[in-house]
Amino acid sequence: MRVMVCVKQIPDPASPYELDPDTHYLQRPTDQVLDDTDRYGVEMGLMIAEQTEGSVSLVSMGPAGNLQGIRQALAMGADQAIVVDDPGLRGADSLTTARVLSAAISREGFDVVIAGTESTDGYSGVVPQQIAEFLDVPALTFAKKVELDGATIRIERQTEYGYDIVETPAPVLITVTAGVVEPRYPTFKGIMAAKSKPIDHVTAADLEVTVTAGQEILAVRPAPERAAGEIIEDDGEAHLRIIQLLEQAKVI
Amino acid sequence: MAVNTTWVFVEEQEGQPAAISLELLTKARTFGGELGAVLLGAGAEEVFAELGRYGATTVYHLTPDNRLPTAAAAAALAELVASHGPDLLLFGLTSTDRDVAGRLSARLEKPIISNAIEIAVDGDDVTITNEIFGGAQLVETAFRAGAPYLVIARPKSFPAEPGAEATPEVIPVTLPAVGQAGAAVVTGRHVEEREGPQLEEAAIVVAAGRGMGSVEKLAIVDELAGLLGAAVGATRAIVDADWVPYSRQVGQTGKTVKPDVYIACGLSGAMQHLVGMKDSKVIIAINKDEEAPIFGASDLGVVGDVHKVLPKLVEALKAR
Repeated sequence: MRVMVCVKQIPDPASPYELDPDTHYLQRPTDQVLDDTDRYGVEMGLMIAEQTEGSVSLVSMGPAGNLQGIRQALAMGADQAIVVDDPGLRGADSLTTARVLSAAISREGFDVVIAGTESTDGYSGVVPQQIAEFLDVPALTFAKKVELDGATIRIERQTEYGYDIVETPAPVLITVTAGVVEPRYPTFKGIMAAKSKPIDHVTAADLEVTVTAGQEILAVRPAPERAAGEIIEDDGEAHLRIIQLLEQAKVI
Repeated sequence: MAVNTTWVFVEEQEGQPAAISLELLTKARTFGGELGAVLLGAGAEEVFAELGRYGATTVYHLTPDNRLPTAAAAAALAELVASHGPDLLLFGLTSTDRDVAGRLSARLEKPIISNAIEIAVDGDDVTITNEIFGGAQLVETAFRAGAPYLVIARPKSFPAEPGAEATPEVIPVTLPAVGQAGAAVVTGRHVEEREGPQLEEAAIVVAAGRGMGSVEKLAIVDELAGLLGAAVGATRAIVDADWVPYSRQVGQTGKTVKPDVYIACGLSGAMQHLVGMKDSKVIIAINKDEEAPIFGASDLGVVGDVHKVLPKLVEALKAR
């Protein structure tokens, strides 16, 4: 099966995020990392490709920077990447993002598209569903388990009350939760190989996508701050302070 | 053109409208104008009555079959939108709502704003507020593509209060065939057994994170919760590690809780977790890392070993 995995490079979550004061867009340094949640999608893609003698292509939209995050995913074993980096797409909303990614995916051809449930930096959480609609395929979403049974793809779809078992033949889009598989670590060989794997750079115009601004950020302001709390070191008696607070809150 | 008609998408869950949809109906009543509900579910009689009590005067009823209904529901909604022209469509941040809303957005070629915690209607303008950076900053975004405006709201952003006595007009709508997009079928359903108080409703939540060490060591958290009559919450990390089911997850991709007291045990307080619990009235955190972000959100932070503090807390509570 031809597997396309949507991945995103994000600023390292370990450093504080900042917005550009003029555009309100998230500032994106040259060094970005692979969104950790995407490692699960890449692993799932590799497993499906291995079982079906298929291939794994990555598709990504956003400032390419030094491509460190894309190389991370290639080092895991993906064959190639398509990177849509276009200044006209800065601050693109979820609908535009989905238009771009689905155009790149259809141009390449696919049996299975895999994405995380939402990105760590933007978390609109609807891009995969929008892509599925544009591609006219079912979206098997929030998968906590995926299995391939001949031509049938079956998942456990996480819901608020438990999970549903959902299945369909390909073509299909799957969104995976972290925990669906244990992502492999890149090997030294994989890291070396990633340096020479093909990365196709394209623009929105190459994909014949017209960018529209459907929404506008009016203001960004700090949220009302919570009053600073009391911090204590446990000296063996901290539980007594907790009990005092529970009494004050009138819950015991 | 103002917002004349608002529709709220409602997923029926175990014979009840999903809690978030009642919150959204309550909010939508403040916009004035017509209020409709689009129900996806078997359509228990009580559900229609409940939607009426929350202000829906019309309920478009989509009955799912054995297919995964999300693609067909989006197609049905798109047809209803085309023929009735609602201005604003509200969804909750739940699995099925996200699936239907996302597909609908693409089908209508209309943008969607998710994670809303406030929805302001002012004449022609609909402005959405959402939180970024774990709730440290608020962003206001306006639609610029014309109606219908599509919004996905975070649970617990609005109170749910009945306020009407209407018996809604029920209009059955057939789920259309949508070809390959609708090819997925649901072959099984697993409903987790629920014990003790519900996470979203409990007055006290005791939540555990990776710092508890292992699934076996969660026993002390369960014991504490039992003594306090509390619900047990969890971080995404320990849900993904399969220590506890997803239904316990608090945060961006889990549940939003606002209890009187939230006791965070061995969890660092990632941004994605904070958005789900930071509005709790009193937050108590126990973590051995004094740099853990959870302390910034806490009323009482105990820098210490959960495996020392919790047993003493449990013993002291038992002795009362």
